Amino acid sequence: MQHVTFISMETVTRATLVEQIYQQVGLSRKESAVLLEDILETVMLALEQGESVKISGFGTFSVRQKGQRCGRNPKTGEEVPILPRSVLVFRPSQLLRAAINHETGDGGEAYGDE
Amino acid sequence: MTKSELIVALMQKHPHLQLKDINLIVNTVFESISSSLAENNRVELRGFGAFSIKARDPRVGRNPKTGEQVLVSKKHIPFFKTGKDLHARINKGRKA
Repeated sequence: MQHVTFISMETVTRATLVEQIYQQVGLSRKESAVLLEDILETVMLALEQGESVKISGFGTFSVRQKGQRCGRNPKTGEEVPILPRSVLVFRPSQLLRAAINHETGDGGEAYGDE
Repeated sequence: MTKSELIVALMQKHPHLQLKDINLIVNTVFESISSSLAENNRVELRGFGAFSIKARDPRVGRNPKTGEQVLVSKKHIPFFKTGKDLHARINKGRKA
């Protein structure tokens, strides 16, 4: 069994990303906000249509279909069916994994990206 | 959809912007998310989802080819939790 711990210091939100676009590209803050929203909306629209979205150097978002399975209400112990559903899976690219572990990302592990 | 297809879609919505600007905008967004995560920050985009970092304990793994045991050191992995709105959109047309 694997122990999972969350580490989190600050929460970055849309405002931070808008500020980055504003500084890097020189659009107005308002237009930067519109662009960020359009990026997210375009990605969501593709996912909604069941399409995968692959951002090289970052990762791949894909939609996976889950079949029906039996669940349990943890409070009452009662069995309830969990209906078939679609879930979104994000697979980080090797580059992003490396960045998070402060590695260079050009060597080592053999298993492939995406 | 790939990053270049995303860029084309954005070009169509913003014909007054240059390709190099759209390119820079898209790269800025994903690079900002990556570097925020690299600084151990969580990135939360309401309606879309949240990126965070999970720590994986060191473990003894196996080289799948040779069967040889190898120590896999402690590492961090990026994790994405789908936002409620996006989850609902993906499941549109199904019963709740």
